[in-house]
Amino acid sequence: MATNHEPDVPANHNENRRTFLKQSSLLTALALVPGPVVSAAEAKLDERVAEAIEQIPLSLKVNGKKLKLKVEPRTTLLDLLRENLNLTGTKKGCDYGQCGACTVHVDGQRVNSCLSFAVMHEGQEITTIEGLADGDKLHPMQEAFVKHDGFQCGYCTPGQIMSAVACVREGHAGSEGEIREYMSGNICRCGAYTNIVAAIQDVKSGGQKV
Amino acid sequence: MNQFQYVRATKPQAAIEAVAKDANARFIAGGTNLVDLMKRGVMTPQKLVDINRLDFRKIERQNNGLRIGALALNSTVADDKQVRERQPLLALALNAGASPQLRNMATVGGNMLQRTRCAYFYDVTMPCNKRQPGTGCGALEGINRMHAIFGFSDKCIAVHPSDMSVALVALDATVQVSGPKGNRSIPFADFHRLPGDTPEKDTNLEPGELITAVDVPDGPFTKHVHYQKVRERASYAFALLSVAAALDIENGTIKAARLAMGGVAHKPWRLTAAEQVLVGKPATEETFRQAATVAMQGAKSFKHNEYKLRLGPNAIVQALKTAAAA
Ligand SMILES: Cc1cc2nc3c(=O)[nH]c(=O)nc-3n(C[C@H](O)[C@H](O)[C@H](O)COP(=O)(O)OP(=O)(O)OC[C@H]3O[C@@H](n4cnc5c(N)ncnc54)[C@H](O)[C@@H]3O)c2cc1C
Ligand code: SF4
Ligand code: FES
Ligand code: FES
Repeated sequence: MATNHEPDVPANHNENRRTFLKQSSLLTALALVPGPVVSAAEAKLDERVAEAIEQIPLSLKVNGKKLKLKVEPRTTLLDLLRENLNLTGTKKGCDYGQCGACTVHVDGQRVNSCLSFAVMHEGQEITTIEGLADGDKLHPMQEAFVKHDGFQCGYCTPGQIMSAVACVREGHAGSEGEIREYMSGNICRCGAYTNIVAAIQDVKSGGQKV
Repeated sequence: MNQFQYVRATKPQAAIEAVAKDANARFIAGGTNLVDLMKRGVMTPQKLVDINRLDFRKIERQNNGLRIGALALNSTVADDKQVRERQPLLALALNAGASPQLRNMATVGGNMLQRTRCAYFYDVTMPCNKRQPGTGCGALEGINRMHAIFGFSDKCIAVHPSDMSVALVALDATVQVSGPKGNRSIPFADFHRLPGDTPEKDTNLEPGELITAVDVPDGPFTKHVHYQKVRERASYAFALLSVAAALDIENGTIKAARLAMGGVAHKPWRLTAAEQVLVGKPATEETFRQAATVAMQGAKSFKHNEYKLRLGPNAIVQALKTAAAA
């Protein structure tokens, strides 16, 4: 995907291809380089690999519930939520910190759950989109997104809402410009930005507790 | 992603030892760069030492400056009252980087050590001397639109992507590190290195050395500062090129000046010769143009980044004008 975080993906594909092909001989050589697991095995590191896949105990509070889990160190916080805890409200857009779909709150701060390992969050409190409403009563930001049509396909919406709540709490929703800057970590492919900003301004000026 | 062993350090010494004695071990702080690179197979550590429990999060006053803990979050530093008052340039540079969510995870130490965004470095099927020494530099004859115009070698033409580091080099910061052989201080300008024949080394940090803090000395740059970042969209994008400018102006005359550029070299690029041009002169566009001309001396472009030779001086003038008017 040609985003400008994926540094330097050229617009001109033909040129791109030509330039890349110049290095084709080197490419073949590189393809034969053994992967890390292979080289670990060759270096007689079996023991360490066995140790590495061990499940690590992890205590977390997720949406107010205390959990005692065992997780493999490679599991990201996002995958833990979606795959292990079945909290699929948090979305996986890019998996590389570039879109904001995976935004959750950790100890009240918004973060990209795709870029940290779950085991790094021992003892912390995670809030996902599922934990925002008070029973059947939607959070004011959820209500505002509905009222203002702050979405089309809805894929980015959980991340947008988690980010929007934090944006207001941080005091970064003072003006349209400030909202746009402080919501820039959440990409919306459908381009619902105008209505998202309106929803946030509504909540901010409504003065409800967020 | 490769498998790895995960350990949580509660004492700095234990963390240092664990990494010093194992060439395949790495510290992990916010994880925003390392996890990304591990997912792509660019970095394949066999052991991760989590340093988040170490007591390096504070921002404190200390002899004529601020000591910023290596684990202080980018967002915490940018919002800190003392930082905003005493070092507003640093706050501006931090807020120009990444996104609010990423700044809530990214640490000061990790930010300095983030690796280049060169596309060949990121793609394990491509040649890259930085990722795999001896395979060649894909960017040299390839797509090099984002690449260096200063200080490169024929082994590597990548740039350092950190915004924060551009401000820190301008502000004469010092990096405090603790290692297997004890503690030492590294002037910020000597922390990152030029690629030369060993582009796999981004910095002068020794194996196992842990960054504990960054010291930023007090200075007169509390008002006339600006961080000019040129990028392909208004926010949440790496710099094509950036300029950190700080001026001390009295009665229209420049008494002291600091200038550095990002996105132009393998390290944050301090422009001392241009600073000397500014000092003692009136704070006018003509002076700024002269400084910009001096700043760009010795710049050389590649096939796709020639635009930086014009963008550079224009961004410098813009940064200085905005700083002077601040
Ligand atoms: C989509 C995206 C956009 C971004 N945009 C920008 C941008 O515009 N500008 C910008 O400047 N940055 C940008 N970044 C990069 C971001 O700022 C860095 O990823 C972040 O600062 C790294 O900090 P961290 O604590 O997460 O580091 P980690 O990923 O935890 O670590 C990075 C490296 O530093 C080492 N390390 C960490 N702490 C220490 C320590 N105390 N001592 C010794 N070694 C240590 C680790 O071993 C690792 O090798 C962006 C990142 C992403 C994903
Ligand atoms: S510029 Fe440096 S990082 Fe990029 S391909 Fe060449 S050696 Fe690798
Ligand atoms: S899925 Fe995490 S930022 Fe895109
Ligand atoms: S509503 Fe479709 S991506 Fe935002």
